[in-house]
Amino acid sequence: MSHETIITFSQIILLSPLIGFVLMVFVGKKLPRQGDWLETGILFLAFVLSAAIFFTKLSLYHDETIRWSFTWANFGTVPVIGELKMVLGIAIDNLTAVMLVVVTLVSALVHLFSIEYMHGDIRYHRYFAYLGIFTFSMLFIVLADNFFSIYVGWELVGLSSYLLISHWYEKKSAGDAAKKAFVVNRVGDIGMFSGIMILWYHFHTMSFAEIFEMMKAGNIPMGSEAWLTAAGILIFCGAVGKSAQFPLHVWLPDAMEGPTPVSALIHAATMVAAGVYLVGRTYPMYTADALMVIAYIGTITAFISATIAIAQNDIKKVLAYSTVSQLGFMIVGLGVGAYTAGLFHLVTHAMFKAGLFLGSGSVIHAMHHATHHLNDHHTDPQDMRNMGGMKSKMPLTFWAFVIYTAAIAGVPLFSGFLSKDMILAGTLAYGETTGQWLIPITLFFVAGLTAFYMLRLMFMTFFGTHTDSHRFEHIHESPKAMTIPLMIFATLSLFIYFSFNPLDGGEGWLAKAIERPESVVPTSVMALPYHAFHEVMHHFHWTALGLSLFVAGLGMFISYLTYYKKSISADVVAAKLPRLHKFLLNKWNIDDIYDNGIVEGMKMFTHVLRWFDGTIIDGIVNGVGSLTKVFANFNGKFDKYVVDGLVNLLAYTVGFFGLLLRKTQTGRVQTYIAFVVFGVVVIFFIFKGM
Amino acid sequence: MLTSVSLTHYLIVSGILFSLGIFGVVTRRNAILVLMGIELILNSANINFIAFSRYRGMNLDGQAVAIFVIILAAAEAAVALAIVLNIYQRFNTVNVDDISKMKE
Repeated sequence: MSHETIITFSQIILLSPLIGFVLMVFVGKKLPRQGDWLETGILFLAFVLSAAIFFTKLSLYHDETIRWSFTWANFGTVPVIGELKMVLGIAIDNLTAVMLVVVTLVSALVHLFSIEYMHGDIRYHRYFAYLGIFTFSMLFIVLADNFFSIYVGWELVGLSSYLLISHWYEKKSAGDAAKKAFVVNRVGDIGMFSGIMILWYHFHTMSFAEIFEMMKAGNIPMGSEAWLTAAGILIFCGAVGKSAQFPLHVWLPDAMEGPTPVSALIHAATMVAAGVYLVGRTYPMYTADALMVIAYIGTITAFISATIAIAQNDIKKVLAYSTVSQLGFMIVGLGVGAYTAGLFHLVTHAMFKAGLFLGSGSVIHAMHHATHHLNDHHTDPQDMRNMGGMKSKMPLTFWAFVIYTAAIAGVPLFSGFLSKDMILAGTLAYGETTGQWLIPITLFFVAGLTAFYMLRLMFMTFFGTHTDSHRFEHIHESPKAMTIPLMIFATLSLFIYFSFNPLDGGEGWLAKAIERPESVVPTSVMALPYHAFHEVMHHFHWTALGLSLFVAGLGMFISYLTYYKKSISADVVAAKLPRLHKFLLNKWNIDDIYDNGIVEGMKMFTHVLRWFDGTIIDGIVNGVGSLTKVFANFNGKFDKYVVDGLVNLLAYTVGFFGLLLRKTQTGRVQTYIAFVVFGVVVIFFIFKGM
Repeated sequence: MLTSVSLTHYLIVSGILFSLGIFGVVTRRNAILVLMGIELILNSANINFIAFSRYRGMNLDGQAVAIFVIILAAAEAAVALAIVLNIYQRFNTVNVDDISKMKE
């Protein structure tokens, strides 16, 4: 395949979901089966093409980047700015090729899963249309070769996420969650936009390649390293919003109000990984300081969300916080310099977390049908306390879930182990080279917590006895369209696809394909270069391996004792630490802080504005209105009495004289003659006097 | 007492005649009598013509005009009587007070 073919393929991959979206929105309802086959078919086609690009790119063009761009809008020479044009473009490097496959594969399987899961939904065709626009936007980000394109895609995924979270907008909580996701994301996007503007103001181009080239030649924004760091951190703000990092992580757990396949596609596997992808894409421009900020943000996120996850009872909430925590891992990986590990974790996480969400979807589907069958509308089908013992009824879902859990908990032979181990080794190396030991210590603790809460989820859902034996009889395995994606994701969560050595992900093809790009920032503010860092990281390989196995084992063991053997009672522990339990159950009170601080503050501010508007502005407007009214009244009076009065007076006078004169017009000739005679006599006397 | 008949006497007669004519025209209700009043007025004018012609040393112009007036009066009487006949046919009366259509 030549470069041209690859570009053509990527254009087809990019545009076909958009065409699908347009068709679905306008004629979807009239198509047979409401057109689900159309979108699903398009996505499978896109997946096949992506796979073709992937294999070609990695085998034939391993070390080159394939680029294509065109001027989308040319504004010519603009005052102040100079020449201004908007260029859209596609750049395909190894990272893009891998992301293409991940996005199209997860999207295609989620489409397949949705056919059964969303069966009979009131807005069935619109749901698939939105999935189409989401896939298009996500591919737009993945294929972007400049900041402009990536920003456009960025906002488009935000929009489609909003549309899909609020799919069941009749529920108030779903509408609120969608608004929250949208608004919180905008906060991060402001930062990203400012960062892009700093770069654009200085370089007058949006292209990644051109900006990095100029930076490499020593040309940095405003000639100052502080500006460079600021630009890096601001662009990272976009990732903080989209990838749900602390302090903007609050939207993601609420976003679980959307349909579960949407959670799997957007809020677990692809869109939330866009932030990680953005950091990976702009990696060369981050200074050591910016990277440290990134690493700490990731660490805080991973820690907070993992601790929250252990106290949640809603199956999707646990998975949501686990997603936030894992995204924190990826961000830490990038921040400490283990670039490959962070993006590797993105890929493996996409597979097993999409699987976990679809698996939970399968469980919820079964619970929902059972409760629905019994006309029970009070039992929450997502609450794990209502589950238990599902293992025997849903064997396929159960075994798939076991594999995903093993992968996320960091059990050897599964994909998650490879990538997580690399990140942990990276943090140890970072601790060694910079002295920031807090990061590795926290992350090892979080790795243990991950194993703990994932096994807790497994035990509460699939083991033990079901709380309601009557309902239990009605629980059935989900249909094939749902279990096949589960099985595919389960097989993709094995180590073999990523590395032939089950204990070292660094030797796999993916680690070789996605290598950390050379930094372009001035050497004085540059992080430890790749080779030096990699050597230290390699040195820590076995330490990290041993430690991570130990903490994962420990977490699982405690979970086993607590939730399977029941030798440790979770209730007793919670009762002994009531404050901590409440604190974790309330998600560190972060939502309350935002509600009471920011939201209430904004509300007060709007009250002040409303008062100002209602009293001052309206007062002025009403005052002007009344003044005009008074003046108009006066005018009216003047018109009515003076002007009309004059006119009427004239008419009245004329009328009066008319009435008088009318008397003389008798119609009798003799009277007239008498007048004439009288007149002549008068005239006679007048002339006589002269 | 009447040593000679002067112009003044003629004018007095003419004035009396004119006044009677006007009186007739104004007060009579019958259209025929109104016409008769008009004849009197015309004749008072004739007397004036002739009197002035005689006493102001003029030739017979006054008499000639008086003859024209008599002819015209005859013609006028003919026309006026025809009108009165028409009025009678239309309104079934010759009372001028009842014929006040001009007012409308």
